[in-house]
Amino acid sequence: MKKLKLVMVGNGMAGVRTLEELLKLTPELYDITVFGAEPYANYNRILLSPVLTGEQTLPEIMLNDVDWYAEHGITLHLGKEVVDIDRGRRIVRAADGTTAEYDRLLLATGSNPFILPVPGKELDGVVTFRDIHDVNTMIDAAANHQHAVVIGGGLLGLEAANGLAARGMKVTVVHLGEWLLDRQLDRTAAAMLQDTLQERGLTFLLQKQTAELVAGSSGRVASVRFKDGEEVPADLVVMAVGIRPNFSLAEQSGIYCDRGIVVNDFMQTFDPRVYAVGECVSHRGVSYGLVAPLFDMAKVVANHLANFGIARYVPAATSTKLKVTGVDLFSAGNFMGGDGHEEITLSDPVGGIYKKLIVKDDKLVGACLYGDTADGGWYFRLIREGHAIHEMREQLMLGEGAIGDVGHAGQNRAMGMSDDAEVCGCNGVCKGSIVKAIQEKGLFTVDEVKKHTKAASSCGSCTGLVEQILINCVGGAADVKPKSEKAICGCTELNHGQVRQAIREQHLTSLADTFTALNWRSMDGCSSCRPAINYYLISSWPGEAKDDPQSRFINERVHANIQKDGTYSVIPRMWGGVTNPSELRRIADVADKYDIPMVKVTGGQRIDLLGVKKEDLPKVWADLDMPSGHAYGKSLRTVKTCVGSEFCRFGTQDSTQMGIDLEHDLFGMWSPAKVKLAVSGCPRNCSEAGIKDVGIIGVDSGWELYIGGNGGIKTEVAEFLCKVKTHDEVMVYSGAFLQLYREEAFYLERTVHYLHRVGMEYIKQRVLADEVGRNELYARLKFALTFEQDPWAERTKGGVARHEFEALSIETVTA
Amino acid sequence: MSRNWKTICQLNDIPAQGARVLKRDDGDDIAIFRTIDDQVFALVDKCPHKGGPLSQGIVSGRTVTCPLHNWNIDLATGQACAPDEGCSGHIPVKLEAGAIFLALD
Ligand SMILES: Cc1cc2nc3c(=O)[nH]c(=O)nc-3n(C[C@H](O)[C@H](O)[C@H](O)COP(=O)(O)OP(=O)(O)OC[C@H]3O[C@@H](n4cnc5c(N)ncnc54)[C@H](O)[C@@H]3O)c2cc1C
Ligand code: HEM
Ligand code: SF4
Ligand code: SF4
Ligand code: FES
Repeated sequence: MKKLKLVMVGNGMAGVRTLEELLKLTPELYDITVFGAEPYANYNRILLSPVLTGEQTLPEIMLNDVDWYAEHGITLHLGKEVVDIDRGRRIVRAADGTTAEYDRLLLATGSNPFILPVPGKELDGVVTFRDIHDVNTMIDAAANHQHAVVIGGGLLGLEAANGLAARGMKVTVVHLGEWLLDRQLDRTAAAMLQDTLQERGLTFLLQKQTAELVAGSSGRVASVRFKDGEEVPADLVVMAVGIRPNFSLAEQSGIYCDRGIVVNDFMQTFDPRVYAVGECVSHRGVSYGLVAPLFDMAKVVANHLANFGIARYVPAATSTKLKVTGVDLFSAGNFMGGDGHEEITLSDPVGGIYKKLIVKDDKLVGACLYGDTADGGWYFRLIREGHAIHEMREQLMLGEGAIGDVGHAGQNRAMGMSDDAEVCGCNGVCKGSIVKAIQEKGLFTVDEVKKHTKAASSCGSCTGLVEQILINCVGGAADVKPKSEKAICGCTELNHGQVRQAIREQHLTSLADTFTALNWRSMDGCSSCRPAINYYLISSWPGEAKDDPQSRFINERVHANIQKDGTYSVIPRMWGGVTNPSELRRIADVADKYDIPMVKVTGGQRIDLLGVKKEDLPKVWADLDMPSGHAYGKSLRTVKTCVGSEFCRFGTQDSTQMGIDLEHDLFGMWSPAKVKLAVSGCPRNCSEAGIKDVGIIGVDSGWELYIGGNGGIKTEVAEFLCKVKTHDEVMVYSGAFLQLYREEAFYLERTVHYLHRVGMEYIKQRVLADEVGRNELYARLKFALTFEQDPWAERTKGGVARHEFEALSIETVTA
Repeated sequence: MSRNWKTICQLNDIPAQGARVLKRDDGDDIAIFRTIDDQVFALVDKCPHKGGPLSQGIVSGRTVTCPLHNWNIDLATGQACAPDEGCSGHIPVKLEAGAIFLALD
């Protein structure tokens, strides 16, 4: 089949990211031709700032070199500006006469810096800060001249000024507003910033309107004159007063534009053959000047160019970071506030810290941080997740650390860490190697950092630190997203919520059907999506969807826990942590008979036999004659109990029996992540119910239920759900909550994270207020559990999955 | 040079998207994989990272994910997928009339 022709005009960050996404989806559909006005392949424009300061070099900031285009069979025309689009004949023409025909056209022309319409604007020595050419001009000027004036005290202007100062120029920043960054900061915070920058040798002229750029005898610019008559010397003038979408080419060719190339949610212009992406577009009346939303657009365009036709661009809050080493400024969302918005501010001029949070309708909608930006990523995620904050409002300003979320050794401030400080304790990755990977490999997401450095790829407790480092390096381009917005894995664009919804709404009951219905990119998924989808299928359609053992992690396939040497551990269930002499004797005999190297009491009130050979597992289970403890699964683990009223002198309730009953009631329950319960007989809480997914505490008049606790990587204290009177109520309320979690949580999401995502109000509504709903939830749980049997008994008595446990041997020899 | 092919098992002895282990007295264990489209591959059952048993991993497409720390290993070559680096040896394998043969020395 003849390939379709795709032509892209503009070889910048958004355009090339679109091509990368497209090639991932369909490498063969198009013959691709790219025109770029600049003579360079694709580079990381946002890192021009560190190039200007000398902290990085041009080769380091290349994202795709010319070889990349060649490898993918892309025809690349560098240094060729497209000047004409003939939409009738579907041909584009460059200034030098080069032409290319297209079936589909992608406009990615970026924006142009705004040039003040003042006399002298075209003089030698007057530049903008947009591309490599500008940066080279500035670096040359710094080597040969002394005085620089930067017009514009916004993020870009300050980054330019800082860079020129780092190169030894005397820099004056001219700003029309009353204070710097008047879009981000209030007067107090801006004053702090100004002080810091003045200490570094910058000079500021505020509330100054430029009237004219005055030429010297050589014809080069020599000074800047203001409306008030004052004049300052200037051998270099940098205009950084904003950008305008570059849509002139589109407009000339008759494509509808309104302060940008107007596109619909599919990034299509009014000419259906022509798509647009990046800073040049106007989507629902808004143009963007930051990388993160442009990369989201890129995914959408690629999806449509690949003829998948399912993605829509939905604007999300964005964030920015001033990329001046040693100065921390971060803002996200609507940081300016306005009518109906509340502001929470913290201002410590002496300590050099300023924080402003904008709240609207009980939701965090914006944040601006100066001096201490460690919590930037966290606020940004709260903004994007958009759920009620009243429960944490008091701690909000204190940051993520205040609500119990800290990294290793309490370290939660990446900024203060030295390059050789360890960030990831599991894989021994230090800060320096992460920074290096981000810069050299052009990484924008935590997932990419995980892949390249292994940091945050095991227990995940340093994810926050990695996020901070990422934000520091690439500013607002850091793709910081809550999990609810992220694609499950590289096999799809869809996130967990969307896949779950599709499985329910389209009544999908097998992995193969799901992959077909949802246009999976890979033949049979990968090790990230398959276990997730398998869980979604069996939890949505119990009894109907068939469990797929090949899509389960080894532990759940062989019902034991793999150890580092390839042996397994066996943890039989001891209901409520109660055992008896005969069980203990059997355990002891098994340990002797199979030469089990270690017998250990677990933290879950039961006994672990470690170092069992895989082929011995069925025999070990048979001899133990005890049910599986599911210590290996995303499933009900243990129900810890205390002694309770039967023996304990403080006991008010029979917590042991309650634990045993709960454990029987929930036996065999698969869940998005592991689930642990505990029951205590009085508020002394000896079973540590406060850190369990469901914790139950007996009191004189009944039982208190707590949910969402977690004793792990980050200790999370369970939150009070309700108090009930009877034994049966404990069963129903606990079961109903767990079923809600089973139906709605994302795969691998623990109860605490699910709870934080949907909010306690919502859980109370579903489990407490709605009595019918509660009983239905519980009934659905009980129904699902009717399909579960003891997996060990199935395998010892019925011979299920025998192939898992028997090794092969060599039979015959042929020549 | 003709290879020393040895019959190991039938294709149906291995579940699709799964693996079986061949134990050897005189060498490393060998993992034999069957993909969803019934292609068969054999690797030394030792992850290049820390020696994890690849036979216990999840098989998808042409890769297996090591059960210990999730490295992805290419079934055809034994190479770790980028950005990880390393290789577990691969063993020539053929499928004839539903039977699986390995070329063992
Ligand atoms: C110094 C600096 C710092 C920045 N810092 C950050 C930051 O910290 N965080 C952040 O999120 N964003 C930052 N940005 C913004 C970010 O770089 C841009 O949003 C992003 O690069 C825009 O991508 P784009 O593809 O739309 O446009 P561009 O990357 O500008 O690409 C457009 C390309 O099209 C070419 N072109 C235009 N017209 C034609 C034509 N007719 N024919 C052929 N070629 C044409 C242009 O020459 C250009 O190369 C920064 C920008 C600058 C300049
Ligand atoms: C995400 C991080 C965690 C990982 C990767 C992890 C891993 C493991 C592994 C591999 C085992 C099995 C050991 C064996 O084979 O016997 C285990 C057991 C156990 N873990 Fe964890 N664990 C994590 C978090 C936690 C947390 C948060 C707690 C408690 C608050 C916890 C408590 C236990 C207990 C009590 C056992 C004993 C098993 C039992 O009785 O069921 N673990 N864990
Ligand atoms: S048992 Fe848990 S805490 Fe102990 S080493 Fe393994 S994962 Fe870490
Ligand atoms: S929690 Fe209360 S009832 Fe249970 S063992 Fe402790 S003191 Fe006794
Ligand atoms: S041993 Fe295979 S990934 Fe570590």
